[in-house]
Amino acid sequence: MGNVAIKADALVKWFGEGETKTTAVKSASFEANFGELLYIVGPSGSGKTTLLSMISGILKPNEGAVLVEGKNLWQMKSDDIADLRLHKIGFVFQDYHLFPRLTTVENVAIPLILKKMDWNEAIKVALEYLEIVGLKDRAQLQPVKLSGGEQQRVAIARAIAGHPDILIFDEPTASLDGDTGRKIVDFIKTKILNPQRCVIIVTHDSRIYEFADSIMKMEDGKIIGFERNTLHVA
Amino acid sequence: MSGILKIALKLLVNDKSKFIALLVGITFAVFLMIMMMSMFSGILARSSSSVYNIGAKIWVMDPAVNNATSSIPMPDYVLSNARSIHGVKFAVPVYFGNALVKLKSGAYQAVSVVGLDDATLYGRPELIEGKIEDIYAESAFIVVKDSEFKKLESPTIGTEFEINDHRGLVVGLAKVTSGGLFGIPTVYTTYNRAITYIPSMRFTTSYILIEPKSEADIPFIQQQINKLGYQALTRDQFVRKISDFYTYQTGMGMNVLMMTAISFIVGLSISGQTFYTFILENLERFGALKAIGAKGHELITMILFQASFTALLGYGLGVGLASGLMILAKLRLPSYAAQVTYYNLTFAFIMVLIMAGVSSYIGVRKVLQIQPFDIFRG
Repeated sequence: MGNVAIKADALVKWFGEGETKTTAVKSASFEANFGELLYIVGPSGSGKTTLLSMISGILKPNEGAVLVEGKNLWQMKSDDIADLRLHKIGFVFQDYHLFPRLTTVENVAIPLILKKMDWNEAIKVALEYLEIVGLKDRAQLQPVKLSGGEQQRVAIARAIAGHPDILIFDEPTASLDGDTGRKIVDFIKTKILNPQRCVIIVTHDSRIYEFADSIMKMEDGKIIGFERNTLHVA
Repeated sequence: MSGILKIALKLLVNDKSKFIALLVGITFAVFLMIMMMSMFSGILARSSSSVYNIGAKIWVMDPAVNNATSSIPMPDYVLSNARSIHGVKFAVPVYFGNALVKLKSGAYQAVSVVGLDDATLYGRPELIEGKIEDIYAESAFIVVKDSEFKKLESPTIGTEFEINDHRGLVVGLAKVTSGGLFGIPTVYTTYNRAITYIPSMRFTTSYILIEPKSEADIPFIQQQINKLGYQALTRDQFVRKISDFYTYQTGMGMNVLMMTAISFIVGLSISGQTFYTFILENLERFGALKAIGAKGHELITMILFQASFTALLGYGLGVGLASGLMILAKLRLPSYAAQVTYYNLTFAFIMVLIMAGVSSYIGVRKVLQIQPFDIFRG
């Protein structure tokens, strides 16, 4: 495995046609490495989520290419892309999207079950991941009975349960108070990030910038800045 | 059960209010469909009870006859002709009529009278008390001990009654395969006594019962009877003719069809709407599953499983509920005409599959339309 986890090459994405055509991402190129905590920052409407979707195999770009661990993502068949997402990429959504009718541990076990792991085995493994995020004692509760920070951690446990090489967080601190947000990102940095894993966080929460290894700044669909090993970009 | 189906099951059953609403909708629809069709099946079966009870292979009748109890008497020459047809082993007349019986208590009760051929007693019922030869005794009648038996004040051998101002004497009690449709007791006697006791038209033969020498002779016999201007039907053909009459010429079939259709529509509406709401509420989660890596066919499997599970459970509950109610009703009303048939069960099952199919289709469409990108956009 090389050091480059994801390489985006001249990605372009537009929506609509004719007069309603809006270009959300304009020729975006960057690399995200293993062992790196990369932030994609910028104001609302700057194209962060669209870029994130294209590099994670969710939204097909109109132009450009995405290489995930050297494989050209958008030249793959849709089922193969789904498989790649399942095996290589973990998602933590802004609203977590936990299943309210399943218990916490069952939510965490979902990627394992999608990987065809036996139910009991998946639950056992999921419990180990809940322990990592400090919520083993909440395993049998439904997500609605957990606090926002706890739900965030359950979502993280679900994302990492499938052993992904790349973890993608969409606004992980948006619905958390400052202190909880910092704790979550600190947890990601110290417990989740490792030399074999790349973590990409989309955020516009400047309170957590200090944790980033790299910060990529976007505005009007363009990457306007990319800084590595920096503490603050403002 | 695979893990993904287990997730689907838990998503379904843990949403208790919707799961119960889905089950109630399907159960109620199945219950109504089974009840309506079973009542109709029971009515049809009982409408042909005389045909089954007599058991003759071929029935000769006026072509205008459309049910067993409304016979049109035939002249004697038809019987003579029938006996002379090649392939006929024997042919006998049978009389079907109604009479008024005055019971010991002084009460009157209508009865159905079957007059059996004096020489052969062909079509006689199985006796549970008494001897069949006693039917030749003076004023002798055999009473069928079925659900209507009590209406004759539960007579025993030796009980006397008046029938159309003639003396009647019970000489035997019989059992038959199926009770009648109209809730009146049945008595058997000889053909000659029946036409003596009951006022008749010029002709007295209700039906001619034919025993063919072989099954292969039946078409020829039917052809020859047709040449006389009459109709010869096998037992099954006669039963079908009676069923067709009740189904298409009495309005009963249309009513049952309408009620069944309404039950189906009600069930489909409730289950379809509830399942659609269920899918809508879980749509973002299905989108999240897609984003995580679930494939389209896996999501379709989940939805089909959820719809099928609910449909089959509702079907089972509906059939159980309908059967239970019919058993209870028969305990209170022995003559209650309802029977669950394989046809009814199959029909209701197909209807339930359609409900599950339509509900799933709506859900699948919705789930396949949701894009993981929509989940990111929020």
